[in-house]
Amino acid sequence: MGGKRAHTPGRLRIGLALCVLGAAVAGGCGSGGSGSGTPTINWYVFNEPGGSYDAAVADCNKQAAGKYKISYQKLPTDANQQRELIVRRLAAEDDSIDLIGMDVIWTAELAGARWIVPWEGQRRQVATEGKLAGPLKTVEYEGKVWGVPFTSNTQLLWYRKDQVPNPGDTATWDQIIDTAVKKGKQVEVQAAQYEGLTVWINSMVAGAGGQIVSQNGDVNVGASVKDAATIEHKLATSKAAPAGMSTNKEDEARIGFESDRSDYEINYPFIYPSAAGVSKEFQKNIGWARYPRTVPDRPSRPPLGGINIAVSSYSKHQDAAFAAAECIANDKHQAIAAQKGGLPPTTKSVYDTAAVKKAYPFAALLRTSIDNAAPRPVTPAYNDISLAIQKTFHPPSSVAPDDIVDKLRDRLDKAAEGKIF
Amino acid sequence: MEAASVPTRATAASPKREPKASDRARSERRLAWMLCAPAVIVMLIVTGYPIGYAVYLSLQKYDLRFPDQKEFVGLANYGDVLSSTTWWTDVGTTVIIMVISVAIELVLGMLIALVMHRAIFGRGPVRAAILIPYGIITVVAAFAWKYAFDPTSGFVAGLPLVPDTYAPLTDRSGSLFVIILAEVWKTTPFMALLLLAGLALVPDELHEAAKVDGASTLQRFFRITIPLMKPAILVALLFRSLDAFRLFDSAYIIQPGGANGTETVSILGYNVLISRVNLGLGSAISVLIFICVMLIAVLFVKGLGASTAQQRGEV
Repeated sequence: MGGKRAHTPGRLRIGLALCVLGAAVAGGCGSGGSGSGTPTINWYVFNEPGGSYDAAVADCNKQAAGKYKISYQKLPTDANQQRELIVRRLAAEDDSIDLIGMDVIWTAELAGARWIVPWEGQRRQVATEGKLAGPLKTVEYEGKVWGVPFTSNTQLLWYRKDQVPNPGDTATWDQIIDTAVKKGKQVEVQAAQYEGLTVWINSMVAGAGGQIVSQNGDVNVGASVKDAATIEHKLATSKAAPAGMSTNKEDEARIGFESDRSDYEINYPFIYPSAAGVSKEFQKNIGWARYPRTVPDRPSRPPLGGINIAVSSYSKHQDAAFAAAECIANDKHQAIAAQKGGLPPTTKSVYDTAAVKKAYPFAALLRTSIDNAAPRPVTPAYNDISLAIQKTFHPPSSVAPDDIVDKLRDRLDKAAEGKIF
Repeated sequence: MEAASVPTRATAASPKREPKASDRARSERRLAWMLCAPAVIVMLIVTGYPIGYAVYLSLQKYDLRFPDQKEFVGLANYGDVLSSTTWWTDVGTTVIIMVISVAIELVLGMLIALVMHRAIFGRGPVRAAILIPYGIITVVAAFAWKYAFDPTSGFVAGLPLVPDTYAPLTDRSGSLFVIILAEVWKTTPFMALLLLAGLALVPDELHEAAKVDGASTLQRFFRITIPLMKPAILVALLFRSLDAFRLFDSAYIIQPGGANGTETVSILGYNVLISRVNLGLGSAISVLIFICVMLIAVLFVKGLGASTAQQRGEV
């Protein structure tokens, strides 16, 4: 090996490699809209398969007439994945996010970290005017408003009219499980270890008069938690437990109900249009009732979901972003989201429009459910709290109601202190 | 290592020569350093810096959502992790998956290696066919197994002798079984390849000599093939054990979030670091995983060192 000769190619190659590396880095950072002219407003939100968000974006861009241009950045439908992506980017002060399609449970977390900006003065007025009380609560944190409520969501008790009698609005979980066991059919729920399990448990706890995290942010675990665990355990160990219960999410529940194995299903309204895909006959046989009660003498507290739109603190075009958010979340687009995407509106008056009434024969029940819904804990450490609840109440068949209170309190304390659980 | 594993050759005969510091030797050494330098620098940047940064973060109380509360807490995060039952349960789960899957892979891999080694016709197609699972993307393979064992969409519950409601993914032992199965299916070819390289080192003359002496096939396998392959086997076991201990992707797909008691240490690290964005605590877990992996490596390398020394007849 000649020493001198080997030198030059070696150096050349390193230089080349550095060039390529440098170019790649520069390319990676250099993307983004051009500075002059119409600002591009990037809206990060889940991919709504019905096309209603696309429609809203197109409509707003037309109306804006060059003042801004919304670019719809589609996120996965899984709420955990959406949050991980958004949080990671905001923590890195990424200025390519302008608008965030914010799940109702993120408000405290994003606001607490000051990753989003509050809606003040005239803007606050526009964002909150005419909205339902439940969804409105989900944009509030520390006395400020952090987003505009766009779509809401809640779960109903769906049943087969041709198989079981109308459970009515006062049915309890016990009654439903007992009826299902007698009929040899199943009750569809969401009990995989994910956010949906927190939704279920939180609603049952609230239905017994409890609140896992109190108004001032303190962990508050009592007898209502035991009530919830008792129902979960009862269903999981009964003949009414659906196959694969401990791994079932919304879609597995929908498929189970459509496959005729169950007479009852707890789920969001998206299952209603989907039922038409099985057969018109099948859709006709679906009845709806209010979310079941945890205890006989207390009204149920259905879950509350939905999307609010928030403006990022790192956005370079905040004024345009506020205007774009107001446009996206307006009444017209809420009605489109209800029709095309099966997403219930947050503005009261939209429920009275003919289009929404036609899309939702159960619109009135939907509204009372949202009005009576139990919000999930409002705390910046929500994600930790939710993970702790999921871990404690999973798998459903091994939940022991007798020591659940101690177990949950221990996990929640550790979660609140930022410890491992 | 490969050359040293042939005991008949007298490797000890070459005494260590004193390095003569001639000009030529010196300039060659300088050249060697300069040739290595870019690689060393790149390694430092891409591995040294992140590891150092992780260690630094692990000594902080640092949650991305509460940047104001950032402070130096020394080894408190490590105390937290090591005193929690979650960590030790997860280490147990990881070790169960690692030991069972690597053990099965070793046996199967050896059988496949022997087949590949002895295949008289169609050697190429046989090897290619065996390697296919290793060529499939882990996430894709994990989804395939997950769906296969799903009672509504999978084929497993429809097989004869399997009850129609068979849903292994709804309990812990069943989930671990599927995860281990997916691991074994996926990486046995890798094991077989490494073992095949070892098999190729066993000289045929030894087998012929043993045959003349009247040794049976089994005797030849255990007395000649295995001892001569020992270094290759240890390398294969080392690689696979390290991989299996860090198991993330297939377990994450088959049982999202480590549900049903399948949380491995890597999934715990992911949950704390990525989902809870608790950089301090999460980095402590990452560093502990790193230390565990180093321990496994040291264990194997010590074992490996001893065995190669044996081969050379130095012990």
